[in-house]
Amino acid sequence: MRRLDALRALYPELERCVVVTIMGAVAAELQSIGHRPNFFYLQHAMGLASSLGLGLALARPDVTVVVLDGDGSVLMNLGGLTTLARYRPPNLVHVVFDNESLLSVGGFPTATSTGSDLAGIAAAAGVPNTTTVRTLDDLTTSFAAALAARALTTIVAKVDAVGPSGYVTDLSLLENRYQFARFLRESQAKEGQ
Amino acid sequence: MEAVSNGDAQVDSVLPADGGRPARRASRYTVDAFCAMRPRVTFPRMPVSVASSSLIYDCLKRQGVRIVSALPETWLVHLIRMADDDPEMTLVRLAKEEEGVGISAGAHLAGVKSAMLMQNHGFLASVNGIVSCAQLYRIPLLMLISHRGEFGERDPWQTEGGGVTEHVLDALRIPRARLESPDHVATRIAKAQTLAYSASRPVALLLCRDLMWEE
Repeated sequence: MRRLDALRALYPELERCVVVTIMGAVAAELQSIGHRPNFFYLQHAMGLASSLGLGLALARPDVTVVVLDGDGSVLMNLGGLTTLARYRPPNLVHVVFDNESLLSVGGFPTATSTGSDLAGIAAAAGVPNTTTVRTLDDLTTSFAAALAARALTTIVAKVDAVGPSGYVTDLSLLENRYQFARFLRESQAKEGQ
Repeated sequence: MEAVSNGDAQVDSVLPADGGRPARRASRYTVDAFCAMRPRVTFPRMPVSVASSSLIYDCLKRQGVRIVSALPETWLVHLIRMADDDPEMTLVRLAKEEEGVGISAGAHLAGVKSAMLMQNHGFLASVNGIVSCAQLYRIPLLMLISHRGEFGERDPWQTEGGGVTEHVLDALRIPRARLESPDHVATRIAKAQTLAYSASRPVALLLCRDLMWEE
């Protein structure tokens, strides 16, 4: 499974969610499919996408937060999985694209290439629903199930270690940040009407 | 084997039922039994100021803070308990302080005010998140940092952090103020938060020994 195809498969569902991605290939590929104002790309601070998603999910229980994470980033903040599991927001779906490498810095293998099982780690941390998927069909099925379940879910999607040729896009970091915050503010105002 | 059995007996007699929870059942080879066999440890009295902690907590409430992330340390015990006891506050207990940067960033983007409670060593452990999330994306962080390792510090392991904390804050261009007495608390926290929002940047309040420690 290519991550770009996985993102394409999830894309229609992401329109009604609030999406946080990690840096690098995930951010660039999602933007290549089509940026939306409800997408926030955390272009640095590896490991903190899931923590930022937790902050969003706690602050806005009325929206569904989707965190599009990666194996390298999750491995930098394994403790964050225990915090996610501790508060287990029902409105958060954590998708981890696991290509078993740090692709954007040359493809060095991560510990998932030697057997570390991120879905197993998430389950052991206390995340109520966890799964590992290897096909687009399994990914879309488990993602739909996670949205319907209203229970914190970690989906580890095993993907090929291939990505885009570059990572810098024409969307500036601050433009993205302010547009995203405005989207959240306006969605809340609409709901209040 | 006999010693372990004695340990079991001790567990029942030494550890009473805790606040309405069922009494802990001990069996052989459990951690409880092992702990019961160890000499009783007497902890020194922890004279952390309840009055100063209340002043700080009340100020956070007045400033509209609704999410507090925290990693426990001695000087913060009352503040964390106050957040935990308050139904209007969401307390997020962290595994590592840097997570709190992400939580505050998410809360801010969603329009909710937050604060971070941590020791200065926790601040030092959070520097990458502060730089590459909060500063890069212009997120106002209200960081309340217990400033261990200054004059009066008895714990040798706190002393290096105490010597570098203010220098690191300065190197990061994070505006900071020291809270050293009760009359500093309300005005400096309010002003720090005002600057955090007008500048869209992190700010730091150092909770100092003379404010937090009563001896």
